[in-house]
Amino acid sequence: MTYVGMPTPSETPQETMARIAGTAAKMKVVIVGGGVSGLSAGWWLARSGAEVTVLDKGIVGWEASGRNGGGASHYQSPLFEEEQRMWPHMDALLGYPTEHQQERLVIAVSPKQLNQYHYLAKMNNDMGYRVDLLTGDQVRAMVPLAGDNCLGGMHYRFGGHANPQRSVQAYAWALQDLGGRICQHSPVTGFETAGGKVVAVHAASGRHECDAVVVAAGPQIQALMAKLGVDVPLAAARAEMIVTEPAPMMPIGGVDGNGLYGRQTLRGNLAYGGGPHEWLETLEAGPPARPSSPLTRNLARRVAELFPKAAHLNVIRSWAGIVENTPDGRPIIDRMQDPENVTVISMSGVGFGLSPASGHAVRDLVVDGACSFTDIAKLSLSRFDGIGADWREQRGWQASKADLAA
Amino acid sequence: MHSNNGTDPHAIGTKLPAPEARYDMVVVGAGPAGLAAALAGAGEGKSVLLVDENPVPGAAMGNDVPLLFGGRMTAATQNAQRMLETVFMSEPMLEAAMEAGVEVLLGTSAWGVYRNGPGITGLPESVVALADQDRGWIVGYGELVLATGARDLAIGFPGWNQPGVMGAAALERLLAHYEAFAGKRILIVGSHDLALETALLARDKGVDVAGIVEVRSAPQGDAALAEAVRAAQIPFYLEDAPAEAIGGIDGVERVRLRSGAEIAVDTVVLAIGLVPSIELIDAMGGKRVLDGARGGYIPGANAGVICVGDCAGLADIGFDHVAYRMEWARELGKLSQPDTIVCQCEEVTRADLLGVQPPRYLERPAPMAARSLDTLIADGPPNPDQIKRLTRAGMGVCQGRRCRDQVAMMLAMAADGPFGSVPLATHRAPVRPLPLRILADWEESEDMRAGWDVWFGIPTQWVPYRDIDTPREREHQQAIAEGWSL
Repeated sequence: MTYVGMPTPSETPQETMARIAGTAAKMKVVIVGGGVSGLSAGWWLARSGAEVTVLDKGIVGWEASGRNGGGASHYQSPLFEEEQRMWPHMDALLGYPTEHQQERLVIAVSPKQLNQYHYLAKMNNDMGYRVDLLTGDQVRAMVPLAGDNCLGGMHYRFGGHANPQRSVQAYAWALQDLGGRICQHSPVTGFETAGGKVVAVHAASGRHECDAVVVAAGPQIQALMAKLGVDVPLAAARAEMIVTEPAPMMPIGGVDGNGLYGRQTLRGNLAYGGGPHEWLETLEAGPPARPSSPLTRNLARRVAELFPKAAHLNVIRSWAGIVENTPDGRPIIDRMQDPENVTVISMSGVGFGLSPASGHAVRDLVVDGACSFTDIAKLSLSRFDGIGADWREQRGWQASKADLAA
Repeated sequence: MHSNNGTDPHAIGTKLPAPEARYDMVVVGAGPAGLAAALAGAGEGKSVLLVDENPVPGAAMGNDVPLLFGGRMTAATQNAQRMLETVFMSEPMLEAAMEAGVEVLLGTSAWGVYRNGPGITGLPESVVALADQDRGWIVGYGELVLATGARDLAIGFPGWNQPGVMGAAALERLLAHYEAFAGKRILIVGSHDLALETALLARDKGVDVAGIVEVRSAPQGDAALAEAVRAAQIPFYLEDAPAEAIGGIDGVERVRLRSGAEIAVDTVVLAIGLVPSIELIDAMGGKRVLDGARGGYIPGANAGVICVGDCAGLADIGFDHVAYRMEWARELGKLSQPDTIVCQCEEVTRADLLGVQPPRYLERPAPMAARSLDTLIADGPPNPDQIKRLTRAGMGVCQGRRCRDQVAMMLAMAADGPFGSVPLATHRAPVRPLPLRILADWEESEDMRAGWDVWFGIPTQWVPYRDIDTPREREHQQAIAEGWSL
């Protein structure tokens, strides 16, 4: 199972699993944060034979990892080819359904959108990733819910989407099946260091001894790493989505565009997000609430424009998730120098789809000290050395005073 | 200085619109409590808007929204104009409210309440979101009075997932306000006041009441009401329960009781209890508390919102509604099969719910099949929203009205805890299913349109990795990020 327009991998995922088996035997690894990045890292490490404990302040996948659009087509990332190599095999490797589906369509309902999609198509084709341009009629033939307003689009012959909630639980269960421990409702209270290493992590569930630590706690990374004297610049924000009742199944469910991201689920629901975000303060204990707003109406409008033939469908839920962003919006995947057994991963708001690959990268950093399959040097934390304390204000990313008061 | 110059054009900022109108008081629900609140407000010289979702659209009724109509409404409910007149005429106080200066909007649902607080500060003010058959809009309020009443509690049993199994509140709505009940002969499940009043109302409206089934050994309601029911020759089937509703293409035709008796009816009316309608309070992040004597989860103290009538909690008459409905849930659970449906929208069976299994369109490899509620409980207290995501129970178009409460009861029983030990799954706006085209803001501001980005609009985020720190980076930023507003 590989994609049209992607390089042929040198190794199957099954061969990779066989190769790494036992490479981290007896290594005790504590993962702080049971979101998708932490769980995937834990799973990869457990496949390598490590004794993995995941600590989460609440329930696995409860924050943005389980609340996102489920996209898995991140051509901008150095992890992209690994993302594409792994996803079609994840159900079989994990033993649980993720609802992964292949390929994506992006469709335009304005000339400006069409121009931008044409640029993206060329950009991908230049990189060797095949994207086909579509006329309006071709889109209407492939997307039954599209309307006369559709001007054209593009067909990613790679990529896809999966069910975030099911996938997160799949990682967690697969990790348990490999002997890993997941401690829910167990916020981390501190780190115990000795000789330039973290030797134990203290949490509500007790003291967890470790040979290595992975900090994958989303917006809470900043406060956790501050306990270790490491500054990780992150800004949290709230983003919103809506979902409709089921529509008839489209041949390719991964259709978006018109300023939206999202997908048709395997049940048929149309789940879409996009639009303005709200910058928030980050509380060490996690967000006190994840409210949606009347932005629901603007999302509904854009879904109705994207799929005029679905405009009669009922919206049945809205929700919000809190994501963190780095100052340049790119991930941080890096192993620290001091304490040298701590690896940090923040995917800067784009972590779900890349998770099969980011877990591999973290596994490599923890076990081997370097990523084996791609260059991730530009994702190091050190690129933010010397960033001013007012970096959020400079970007207009500060939380409003009202949020601070609340 | 960063190129953003201290502003983020893609943040929410002031993009959320001001309300279309503003009232000193907005009252949601034009039952007796809502009408009284609206009249009192108008009497104090306040500008008052009173909205009521009745008559609800025929399509919503077909999805058992907001009550468990069980498909037993007549075709009259498809005629919106006739229904509007019928509903208006059924409540004389509506005219009085209008004469007192209250602005009354029927056929208008309130689907969300939004206010600034933890995690949200971008609202110009607190608003309540409304929708009618044509459009959605938002209004501001000084005081918000919720008088949303109570809705039907459904508990499944074999055959309950067919037309003809309905709720007592839905029957009352159809008989007393809509004049649109399609059934002829009913069997009532439960015998507390709600059930007894339902029997008498049905009898008065010319419906044949075949009997009242009670799991306990005696009628549970007011003695005088029970006597009136007996005087009307309506039989009680005590220490009994519906084992199966049997039917054909038009739904229920007869009911077999646990005792073996078979009763020919076209409608089973679930009158075990009512649930205070806390959807708006819960969806707005308001407080909710559990009070068995007042019907289950009721609103806690919520600043700026006043709850009146049944949505604030049923009258406390010393009856433990929760203990009573748990007894029913246990009994109907015993009478159910593994393949008895719990969630009708998503066709989740009892076995799949308790097994935490995915829907049938997904494969169940061996590790998946080995998972269950027990393994989930071993990881910590089960969360109903987590179980909802995995099984899809409560994720359908009825928005969990038919199964939310029974799922909470089943999970509590499975976890060997009291009701409430596993909390109720949360409600989300819109608290009524609303078509995209109705919900849509077709008049959005230029600010919103210009600032819209598919994600955060961070120019550096989508630059291909190989082009970072090369001359091509700037070109990509301009093409795919800075001009990205749509």
